[in-house]
Amino acid sequence: MTSHDHPHDHDHSELSETDLRVRALESILTEKGYLDPAALDLLIETYETKVGPRNGARVVARAWTDPAYHARLLKDGTSAIAELGYAGRQGEHIQVVENTPSQHNMVVCTLCSCYPWPVLGLPPVWYKSAPYRSKVVKDPRGVLGDFGCELPETTNIRVWDSTAEIRYLVLPMRPAGTEGWSEERLAELVTRDSMIGTGFPKQPREIP
Amino acid sequence: MDGAHDMGGVAWSGPVRPEPNEPPFHAEWESRVFAITLAMATPGGWNIDMSRFARENRPPEDYLSKSYYEIWLAGLEQLMLERQLIAADEIAAGKSLHAAKPVARILTADNVEATLRRGGPTEREPARPALFAAGDRIRAKDIHPPTHTRLPHYVRGHIGRIERVLGCHVFPDSNAMGAGEDPQWLYTVTFEARELWPDATDPNLTVSVDAWEPYLERA
Repeated sequence: MTSHDHPHDHDHSELSETDLRVRALESILTEKGYLDPAALDLLIETYETKVGPRNGARVVARAWTDPAYHARLLKDGTSAIAELGYAGRQGEHIQVVENTPSQHNMVVCTLCSCYPWPVLGLPPVWYKSAPYRSKVVKDPRGVLGDFGCELPETTNIRVWDSTAEIRYLVLPMRPAGTEGWSEERLAELVTRDSMIGTGFPKQPREIP
Repeated sequence: MDGAHDMGGVAWSGPVRPEPNEPPFHAEWESRVFAITLAMATPGGWNIDMSRFARENRPPEDYLSKSYYEIWLAGLEQLMLERQLIAADEIAAGKSLHAAKPVARILTADNVEATLRRGGPTEREPARPALFAAGDRIRAKDIHPPTHTRLPHYVRGHIGRIERVLGCHVFPDSNAMGAGEDPQWLYTVTFEARELWPDATDPNLTVSVDAWEPYLERA
């Protein structure tokens, strides 16, 4: 989006001011010898291109196809996820919670923005927003409605508020009609939101 | 501390607004603030609880009027000011005016991958047995510490059950103050919606928080 079609000119000018402030701050800290700008570039590149929800999708698809992995994942999420190479910051202690026909899980951090980075990347704006953080612990069905999703009234909903350093990953239910699919193809069905609990995996007809 | 960051159950108008194909950052400055905050923890020596407290310990009107990464920027500036890594006149002038404070080490590019990989595990060897066991009925204490805490207001005073014992973990209330890790037993505590929300209409909702032992009492 260019500055010409930006809907909030006021916001835009504030962003520019902040942009200048941050650039100045970075140059002060670099001049003082506290920062290696190449390290900053690498940090950004890591979370823009390497660490994101495709990691979590691989974990889910593996659990859908490998019963032994599924069992390990629910017993010790951190270790099972590390088997696929995902570990570290904001994923030091991961608990996987499984959706079933009778229970749907949803994850939030009402106090800040805790989120399982190694498998989902950085959290989206809505996850960090006041409406989500305030509403999901009281009216999760209303939140699901905001995402265009609905659950049967009889389904139990379990909301996990990430108040400590345990990070939660939802293992969604495998869509019907995917019997015999490869792990790679199954992973294409797994959306970020389905691993937070604010959505469901795609249906087979939704992918090429 | 009681503050605007503690949002669970607060009446809030308007829906959650998902953004299709959302990028990791919405402006270059957001990505720089994110990276500077992560990198400055090495020379700065602060821990995650200190950085959370720096972001949250501000007047509600300030917290609520800032965007997410504006809060990160404000928290970062505060952490650096407190440690004399930068001075207020330097932030105002946008340039370095004073000699740098010597630091033990910085985050260099060749260390980024290993640092992220290592993360900051918080589980510690327990010094004593856990007070509670799975199935125990507990009450979250109705406490309002003026300093950092991770017990959300909406469970305070309410009765729940211990669902899982999660091991002994660094206690944020102490760690945020620079008073040491003081590891405490951590539990997943589950509450029925009708216990938390008298006006709740959904009988099939349960909510859990992860709570350290000092937050809980037997009920």
